[in-house]
Amino acid sequence: MRPILMKGHERPLTFLKYNRDGDLLFSCAKDHTPTVWFADNGERLGTYRGHNGAVWTCDVSRDSMRLITGSADQTVKLWNVQKGTQLYTFNFGSPARSVEFAIGDKLAVITTDPFMELTSAIHVKRIAGDSTEQTEESVLVIKGPQGRINRAVWGPLNRTIISAGEDAVIRIWDSETGKLLKESDKESGHKKTITSLTKAADGSHFLSGSLDKSAKLWDTRTLTLIKTYSTERPVNAVAMSPLLDHVVLGGGQDASAVTTTDHRAGKFEAKFYDKILQEEIGGVKGHFGPINALAFNPDGKSFSSGGEDGYVRLHHFDPDYFNIKI
Amino acid sequence: MAAEVMLMNEIEAKAASMGIDLNIDFNSIQLPRGEDCGIVSDDEDVYHDDHLEFDSGFGNVIVVDNLPVVPREKFEKLEGVIRKIYSQIGVIKEDGLWMPVDPETKKTLGYCFIEYNTPQEAELAKEKTNGYKLDRAHIFAVNMFDDFDKYMRVPDEWAPPEIKPYTPGENLQKWLTDEKARDQFVIRAGTDTEVLWNDARQSKTELVYKRTYWTESFVQWSPLGTYLATVHRQGAAVWGGANTFNRLMRYAHPQVKLIDFSPGEKFLVTYSSHEPSNPRDANRVVINIFDVRTGKVMRDFKGSADEFTIGGAGGVAGVSWPVFRWGGGKEDKYFAKLGKNMVSVYETETFSLIDKKSLKVENVVDFSWSPTDLILALFVPELGGGNQPARVSLVQIPSKVELRQKNLFSVSDCKMYWQSNGEYLAVKADRYTKTKKSTYTGFELFRIKERDIPIEVLELDNKNDKIIAFAWEPKGHRFAVIHGDNPRPDISFYSMKSSHNLGRVSKLTTLKGKQANALFWSPGGRFIVLAGLKGFNGQLEFFNVDELETMATAEHFMATDIEWDPTGRYVATAVTSVHEMENGFNIWSFHGKLLYRILKDHFFQFLWRPRPPPFLSAEKEEEILKYLKKYSKKYDAEDQDVSMLLSEQDREKRRMLKEEWEKWISEWRRASEEEKLERQKLRNGEASDEEEEYEAKEVEVEEILDFSEEVLFEE
Repeated sequence: MRPILMKGHERPLTFLKYNRDGDLLFSCAKDHTPTVWFADNGERLGTYRGHNGAVWTCDVSRDSMRLITGSADQTVKLWNVQKGTQLYTFNFGSPARSVEFAIGDKLAVITTDPFMELTSAIHVKRIAGDSTEQTEESVLVIKGPQGRINRAVWGPLNRTIISAGEDAVIRIWDSETGKLLKESDKESGHKKTITSLTKAADGSHFLSGSLDKSAKLWDTRTLTLIKTYSTERPVNAVAMSPLLDHVVLGGGQDASAVTTTDHRAGKFEAKFYDKILQEEIGGVKGHFGPINALAFNPDGKSFSSGGEDGYVRLHHFDPDYFNIKI
Repeated sequence: MAAEVMLMNEIEAKAASMGIDLNIDFNSIQLPRGEDCGIVSDDEDVYHDDHLEFDSGFGNVIVVDNLPVVPREKFEKLEGVIRKIYSQIGVIKEDGLWMPVDPETKKTLGYCFIEYNTPQEAELAKEKTNGYKLDRAHIFAVNMFDDFDKYMRVPDEWAPPEIKPYTPGENLQKWLTDEKARDQFVIRAGTDTEVLWNDARQSKTELVYKRTYWTESFVQWSPLGTYLATVHRQGAAVWGGANTFNRLMRYAHPQVKLIDFSPGEKFLVTYSSHEPSNPRDANRVVINIFDVRTGKVMRDFKGSADEFTIGGAGGVAGVSWPVFRWGGGKEDKYFAKLGKNMVSVYETETFSLIDKKSLKVENVVDFSWSPTDLILALFVPELGGGNQPARVSLVQIPSKVELRQKNLFSVSDCKMYWQSNGEYLAVKADRYTKTKKSTYTGFELFRIKERDIPIEVLELDNKNDKIIAFAWEPKGHRFAVIHGDNPRPDISFYSMKSSHNLGRVSKLTTLKGKQANALFWSPGGRFIVLAGLKGFNGQLEFFNVDELETMATAEHFMATDIEWDPTGRYVATAVTSVHEMENGFNIWSFHGKLLYRILKDHFFQFLWRPRPPPFLSAEKEEEILKYLKKYSKKYDAEDQDVSMLLSEQDREKRRMLKEEWEKWISEWRRASEEEKLERQKLRNGEASDEEEEYEAKEVEVEEILDFSEEVLFEE
């Protein structure tokens, strides 16, 4: 089907997230206003005003009642999804890069960038059921990895935290003690900054995308490397179909290195790969800049991509897509 | 080499076991001056010359002998004279002129030392003033200071040279006997240089030899494919061997920039250009001609860059390379250089000018050899505002007899294209229109092999079309021309034969509006790739000229280079690092089917290994052609086997992958099942797994719809 072009952001997109029911799509961009859209027709439903910097990331609770956003204004905010009101603001001394609710939505993991003399850190916060009882303090703070931590997510049963970032190493931490449990192998692991990381619907495996022009599939529990998908472009965003054995890689030439001659030159395509055979299936073109964010609808029947060009493109799959054989 | 490789492996293993990161930036390491830490360089003897200069620090000192012996009164006068002579050549260092005096007689000793700023100046001074006549009695003898050491060390007694036992060399052409008749190519990407087999049947490459930092600037095959030349700061080297690549010979030439083989690969020409100490001077150019096998310098040419830049468009550093063009086919008998108002033709027996004289041609600006015969084609442009017409003449070497001459009127520029067998010469002439406001292009076609060399004039249907590209069919009688104005020019094919008259050129066809700007004929003729490089983003059209039909159109996005393999079976298209993106190469079949694609960052070079001409006689070749069906049967069968095997392997691989994946899935299911209860607890008891969402729950609902009382029994 013709993609739906969602124009609402004024700056490059940074992150996309569907709620569990798949009827809402939350988008973050370098403008300061996260936006919520109807995931079906791309109509804009509302915005969340209050941040004072680029918004890097967001997550939505399982019941779609609460939104958490992390921003370069050094805050992480909790919002009422329906009313668009701020419930709480966590303050940090440096920009927040990634946030994720734990299973049960009672905890959240937040990563902050290295800034001034602060090193990067992973924070675990308790999220109160009633936001009036919300407190600032962290349950756990993990420091150690060099450079920015681009993504941190919860492992199975909230027992571990998986982090990845500029040092190209994927680490698994104990979420109780903050102890480092596992580290990805230098040989088989990524060679450059890991830009994105997304978990499978059941959390059993996850996919990481890197500027080394590859994406890798790992087992969440053992950190075993299962698959590698090679592409021709630095990977900025990855997504996995919850329905079929497909993975999608998005990226493109660095915005500063893009030529002006031909938009094909940048390869701003979302590339589909067979998850098992690691072979390329096809590509979805359209963006006029690198793809920064990708997300699959939980029903697997549509996906959306957000680009450096400031647009969100919502794609509903044609019936042919479900019969692709390679 | 094998030993070194082993060593490196051991080091890596050791480092790994000790947990040391071996990824070191080698450029950041500098050994202390004059200290090699006992590491013996691979290129030790090439380095040697340099070391002498730096270690002793006297590389820029010359010794001038045979000076007049003068008393004290005349000392300053003599010093003044010497300073005057030698400061013309370069900058003499402060206190750099020292003329020793005999302490007893207070007279000079008849020699002096001069220290220049650079060794280059010193060398130049030695060359220029050795033998300089100050007066009849005093002829300078100039030597490099460092050379004294060398001369002192010459033993007084003659020792017979050691005769080394004969060891048979390796078969340097073994790659030609490959069972699968594959071809090799070399690629350079990043710091790695690799020689690979093109295994087109299996759609992949097979590594022959790989080496990191093999060359410091580029690599080049010799014209017959025997050697691979690498270029380093200290000189060039050639590599070859039966199964691997060993260094066969080195050619010392500091700061060598360009190299060129003679067509029969007997000689190697190396070129370097050096900054002058005086910025007003032109660069100094050094050209050496080496014998490839012995490594001996057969002749060297030194001079200012101006002497080597006459005519030609000017390639690297202002010199149109190759400076020396080789003639006479594979015999390597003659080579020639363009000079001012002359062409200097040298012969390789003595490495001197033929008849000790250059060929005088007033105002000659370009020349080219016939690829097969000893014929030079010379071009002299129009002079005197059109009073003296431009001229193309064919001159036989070594007799210097003019075979044919053609005057061309109102010509602004001219280019010469030889057909590969030397049968035809096409001269593309750009002419002014009568008003001189614009130019149009025509061709003069010479039939070299026919009596009296007839010339025919060819003009395009539309005379005003610009010529974008021209190419002869190798070994054939046809040529292709891209003409017209961008963005969609036309392509025309012509034949030197026409159906009823053998002696006339005829047009075969014109293809209209093609996205092409370059022509690549198959080395076997018949097929051609019409390519749109650069602005056309890598459009490719594979065209069959026999049938005049397009076999395939394709695109290799952003392609910068195209090269046919020497047999004309495959085409390689490459994107080299002129762009940052898409770097790598594609291999296509001759009819335009993409066989495989390999991506490499920082991709610099792709070169097919050339093949020597076939060793078979013409009759034998004809016989093979005649019974081609019989021969090809065997290969067809092999092809089939390979493709069966491949699809079998592919199926097997897929099955394995699927199986492996299933294992993971079941593992994950099990784990998920185990954790199910705990997960529910985390979610306040809410069932989390998707299947439970849709689980049918039986709910009994009772609702009272109506209430009535009836009396059933009446008593």
